[in-house]
Amino acid sequence: MSGLGNIRGWLLAEVPKSKWQARGQRFYIGWLAFRANPVAMAGLIIVAGLVLVALLAPWITASDGLEPDLPNRLQPPSAEHWFGTDQLGRDIYDRIIWGSRITLYIVGLVAIIVVPIGLVIGTIAGYVGGLVDSVLMRLTDIFLAFPRLILAMAFVAVLGPGLENAVLAIALTTWSPFARIARAEALTIRNSEFILAAQVQGVSTVGILTRHVTPLCLSSVIVRLTLDMAGIILTAAGLGFLGLGAQPPTPEWGAMISLGRQYLIDQWWVPTVPGIAILVVSLGFNLLGDGLRDVFDPKSGA
Amino acid sequence: MTDAPLLKVEDLHVSYNTPTGVVEAVRGVSFELGREKLGIVGESGSGKSQTGRAILGLVAPGGQRRARRLEFDGTDLLSADERTMRRIRGDCISMIMQDPKYSLNPVMSIGAQIEEAFLVHRETIRQEARERTLEMLRAVKIREAERVYKAYPHEVSGGMGQRIMIAMMMIPEPDIIIADEPTSALDVTVQLQVLAVLDDMISERGMGLIFISHDLNLVASFCDRILVMYGGQVVEQCLAAELDQARHPYTRGLLNCLPSLDHGQDELPVLKRDPAWLSAVKVSS
Amino acid sequence: MIEINHLDVVFGHGHKLFHAVRDLALKIERGQSYGLVGESGSGKTTVLRALAGLLAGVARVSGEMQVAGESLQGQNRSREFRRRVQMVFQDPYGSLHPRHTVDTILSEPARVHRLDRIEDRVVQALEEVGLDASFRFRYPHQISGGQRQRVSVARALITDPEIVLLDEPTSALDVSVQAEVLNLLMRLKRDHGLTYVLVSHNLAVVAHMCEALSVMQNGSVVETMNVKQLRDHTPTTPYTRQLLTASLGYDRQAIDAFEEFA
Ligand SMILES: Nc1ncnc2c1ncn2[C@@H]1O[C@H](COP(=O)(O)OP(=O)(O)OP(=O)(O)O)[C@@H](O)[C@H]1O
Ligand SMILES: Nc1ncnc2c1ncn2[C@@H]1O[C@H](COP(=O)(O)OP(=O)(O)OP(=O)(O)O)[C@@H](O)[C@H]1O
Ligand SMILES: [Mg+2]
Ligand SMILES: [Mg+2]
Repeated sequence: MSGLGNIRGWLLAEVPKSKWQARGQRFYIGWLAFRANPVAMAGLIIVAGLVLVALLAPWITASDGLEPDLPNRLQPPSAEHWFGTDQLGRDIYDRIIWGSRITLYIVGLVAIIVVPIGLVIGTIAGYVGGLVDSVLMRLTDIFLAFPRLILAMAFVAVLGPGLENAVLAIALTTWSPFARIARAEALTIRNSEFILAAQVQGVSTVGILTRHVTPLCLSSVIVRLTLDMAGIILTAAGLGFLGLGAQPPTPEWGAMISLGRQYLIDQWWVPTVPGIAILVVSLGFNLLGDGLRDVFDPKSGA
Repeated sequence: MTDAPLLKVEDLHVSYNTPTGVVEAVRGVSFELGREKLGIVGESGSGKSQTGRAILGLVAPGGQRRARRLEFDGTDLLSADERTMRRIRGDCISMIMQDPKYSLNPVMSIGAQIEEAFLVHRETIRQEARERTLEMLRAVKIREAERVYKAYPHEVSGGMGQRIMIAMMMIPEPDIIIADEPTSALDVTVQLQVLAVLDDMISERGMGLIFISHDLNLVASFCDRILVMYGGQVVEQCLAAELDQARHPYTRGLLNCLPSLDHGQDELPVLKRDPAWLSAVKVSS
Repeated sequence: MIEINHLDVVFGHGHKLFHAVRDLALKIERGQSYGLVGESGSGKTTVLRALAGLLAGVARVSGEMQVAGESLQGQNRSREFRRRVQMVFQDPYGSLHPRHTVDTILSEPARVHRLDRIEDRVVQALEEVGLDASFRFRYPHQISGGQRQRVSVARALITDPEIVLLDEPTSALDVSVQAEVLNLLMRLKRDHGLTYVLVSHNLAVVAHMCEALSVMQNGSVVETMNVKQLRDHTPTTPYTRQLLTASLGYDRQAIDAFEEFA
């Protein structure tokens, strides 16, 4: 307890004594603001739950959810099969749990691809301006102009179906709003005095972009990313549903709905459970995004 | 100045709960405002802006306002609901904020923003609004009104931004103007001309003005009465003309810090703060 | 030290074209503090920015500028120039990066110019502007306006410059802090033999700090005088005379007599 008290004291000290303490304090004060927001906390709990479930999958499931067990097909929810079994007799609970890894894999990979692309294109366009801006933004507009799922389908049609290709296709159709946001932020940052100050110091354009402009764009991009996660999951599910994403027997939630949809009337649990999983996780990311937006709000000084 | 005061403030407190403790921004400020020019001076952080904002209920999240009494022209502002406050903020008490650039919409041209204020507050038709906007810009001594009309906030100098804010705030013809350092980014000549515009409007329409500034000379020559604030309290009240005879050591210290135009000094005297100033030693003359 | 001739700065194109500085000439000696005064929008900041090479892509700049024998080409500045010429901005809230600690802010110029002993320099610069080590790891929003302005001054000093351009360094500060910052600037100038170009609209500040000054109006210099003329209230042009009257405080009658100098 007194150890915790010490950490708290360190985090709230009037005078930070090192760079790390200063950073820690900034995060801690942001965390205090975040914690005070119940909706955001609900989002965080859902997302943390998803991560936890994915990590613990081998220990909390009885099977890997891939082996058919035809005698047991389409069992209703029971003590043995909490969410019932599907058309091939696989336990739906196990498949949902293993599927959480796939969902995380998709959102994680998309985030890793999309954020850097969006930041680089957006900050360069906004900061450099002129012709560079026009060219980059026309390019962004082209991607923005197509409905996401349609464009993703076109990409998958070219690249071939499969989880990796679906991720790539989603990433290609998702980066453009990030570039727009980063550009909008960069446009206001470009006129501020601390950028002029950096120029006076002799900081190169690359240095200004990476050390001065990007950190300030990052918070809006992260907020947008968490808010977009729901859309990404739904697009992945949509591709899975259309048979263009993860291929059977992978327990991807969208594909599970797709294959289970003909049982909706008589064995409702087969498509419904993965549907609820998608809904809950999308909602979780959305709430988290809303909470982060409040925390990152410049007026809060965090 | 003989009629009933427009605004009565008694024992106003503003405090903020921050993760690092409670910050008492305003600690028991009382004053009355008639149809006059009241100056509030004091160093940065002394609570001048917070006092002005608290009158309008503009306390930042995490903040609390308490007062024994807060009355505008017979309306109790402490118990007023959000709708009443919005009406008061829109039509009766205007505030010119300290950071003009942050108060203007960066992606809307200046002309369009002022025009909008006309359309909202004065039931003007659009063609007329444009004319009156240009007139307003000229009234605050903006020379190339046509160019500024089309400009965006980042394209005008800091001083122009402040004048534009003043122009916008005068449109609803309020009873009280709270001006938070409205002219600190202006050069002296324009500053005085803008104040003259403000002064004329106030005396013509019988408005009250709360003029927040840290420019002691300016406040002394422009206002009727002065409150000197330190650490969230009013430490001294006096008539503007008698500021040079102020008795509180804090006020004297502020007066001494000013560089002089007429004779050179090697080193300016700086203020030495005395903790005793925080416990109520009030001087009034 | 600084010599500017025929400086012209034009912003924008077409109907938004604006000639902010016209045929301006300035001559500033080494070790001098030189004041630049004039009304809002007269182009004072623009002159400093043109000198510092901050108008690339923003405005068209022409004319001759020489700084310490180096003739400046367009808006490109050499690394050496960046080390020798520093600037302090008007807005203490806007000129420090909100996500950088004081330490990061102060070590950046040292890193950019590949100086040695960065840590020592940061500590020493803080000491020099009268901030103790407890400020080193704070963020700008955790310190007051006056302290921020001290950090800006410290940042300008890290690279051991010869010239510091000061754009209204105290106009956002209250009088007690202004006195501290002005004292600080005076002391640093004595200790380091700096040359200052000080933009201000406060004539008392200019009289306190500078030996000579130029009065600007509509992008050109209308009068150049020394501080004695300023103190004796003996300007030669009506524009400067009006500026002096205005510095004396609010006087309704005098204001009505103000003229428009277009
Ligand atoms: N949102 C907030 N949370 C916590 N403290 C605050 C907040 N806003 C203001 N304060 C504190 O209230 C005090 C008074 O601030 P205020 O803005 O009124 O000062 P001021 O006299 O207007 O100064 P200046 O001349 O710099 O504008 C300061 O100490 C400030 O730190
Ligand atoms: N980026 C820009 N685009 C267009 N016009 C500009 C730009 N920056 C400045 N100007 C114009 O140039 C003129 C001179 O501006 P400058 O900032 O140099 O004035 P200043 O003398 O420093 O005024 P102040 O005392 O208000 O700071 C102003 O009329 C301004 O509108
Ligand atoms: Mg204030
Ligand atoms: Mg300027």
